[in-house]
Amino acid sequence: METVRLSSTLSSGKSFLEKVQTESQVNVRDCYQCGKCSAGCPFVEAMDYSSHKILRLLQLGQIETVLKSKSIWICSHCATCYTRCPKKVDIPRLMEFLRMEANRQGFIGEKTVNIFSNLFLTSVRLTGRVHEMGTMGFYNLLSGHLFQDVLSAPGLFFNGKITPIPHLIKNRKVIQKIFANTKQRQGES
Amino acid sequence: MRMAYYPGCSLDGVGLEFNLSTRAVSKLLGLELWEIPDWNCCGASAAHTRDQLLALALPARNLALAEQEGLDVAVPCAACFNRMKVTELATRSSKETKDAISELIELPYEASNQARNLIDVMANVVGLEKIKEKVQKPLSGLKVACYYGCLLVRPPEITQFDDPEDPMSMDNIISSLGGEPVYWAYKVECCGASQTSALPKATVPLLHRIFQNAFENGADCLAVACPLCFINLDMRQGGVKKAFQGSYNLPIFYFTELMGLAFGVSPKELGLKKHFVDPMPLLNSKGILTRANAGREAV
Ligand code: SF4
Ligand code: SF4
Repeated sequence: METVRLSSTLSSGKSFLEKVQTESQVNVRDCYQCGKCSAGCPFVEAMDYSSHKILRLLQLGQIETVLKSKSIWICSHCATCYTRCPKKVDIPRLMEFLRMEANRQGFIGEKTVNIFSNLFLTSVRLTGRVHEMGTMGFYNLLSGHLFQDVLSAPGLFFNGKITPIPHLIKNRKVIQKIFANTKQRQGES
Repeated sequence: MRMAYYPGCSLDGVGLEFNLSTRAVSKLLGLELWEIPDWNCCGASAAHTRDQLLALALPARNLALAEQEGLDVAVPCAACFNRMKVTELATRSSKETKDAISELIELPYEASNQARNLIDVMANVVGLEKIKEKVQKPLSGLKVACYYGCLLVRPPEITQFDDPEDPMSMDNIISSLGGEPVYWAYKVECCGASQTSALPKATVPLLHRIFQNAFENGADCLAVACPLCFINLDMRQGGVKKAFQGSYNLPIFYFTELMGLAFGVSPKELGLKKHFVDPMPLLNSKGILTRANAGREAV
């Protein structure tokens, strides 16, 4: 874990926290650092900063440390923390927002997670559904995990669970339209 | 009983046993499933980390198509169920959101219907009494750890289903089938399925903790209600067991497969031959398949 510089400016952090609140409805000041969220987090060992530390860093204006962290890419949005938090801090929503913001600023803490999400959505946009074999195959190529799932994939293939042919929906135009409409709307706002 | 049915992408692929068993038991229970025509992927596990509006629009189209028929939607996949609930509640929360969603999908959508997960459908729409009536081969002697995972019960404001820390609906279904649900601590722990492809190493300890706890509490097997949990627990079990030198060997079942077995449907018809952890030795050792059959012969 990196050491954290507590002297960095709190003021630039302030406007960021306003944005956090507007977009994720989380007020990071609600957190009183009890640590209950981190105690139950399934991925806590894999994270560089556990969830209550992410909140403390935000409270202290250490935005860049948070946006560069792996934690915001590792979180599975399982909502264990949110369900148990005595202050009802919606950490999964916050983590979603932080990952999107990091992505916008070009900080990709876990490349493989990013590749996987991109492929998943590309498959949905093109076919209307997720094509598991295509997604898995491209994923292995792009991530360099060439041999991952190699032991299981032939099994999946032979028992008919995954097929080389994508499941296409008929009305693919409609789905592409939804993507286009969303993009347009985002551009306007 | 008639409901719209949203299988979701996994049930066409890695989760096909869930589809087979759901259809088989629904038929026996007189539950008519109207598959939403030309349904699309709901974007679960990726869209909400990229674009909140897209994450609402993708499920909304499917919900809107069911709403036109005036039907609630039965949703087997826990991840799809969760995203549909998010969409449904967001639509009801404000006119602004509702209008925005309708514009994106270019369909009217009022969220007058609701998404219901399959455990809820079986336990509360069909009902435990009806399930008990259909049992031909009781699962007596089979100790089952019912695993709910995250997205069926959390966050409770969204899922509006059962107790988020100690849900019992699936346990009650297993009891109705004559099986023995075990008391264990990890029924709502996250198995990390959404990250299992991108971060396989990080999910190994999560899986081990779940298997170990089920095993220590005397479970013979796990029952699940989500294709993502299923594939994670079934396909990765061998590797996880090796990494931790675990002594468990826990077949994973969709709870609908266990329903089907108890109703006398053949393992083949349910897709049981497609599992990575072979469930047949366990079923044979418990004598479930050869159990005296009160009526209907196994197909
Ligand atoms: S559980 Fe809630 S209040 Fe406690 S540290 Fe975590 S976010 Fe803060
Ligand atoms: S939602 Fe994320 S931070 Fe919260 S418990 Fe789950 S993995 Fe941990």
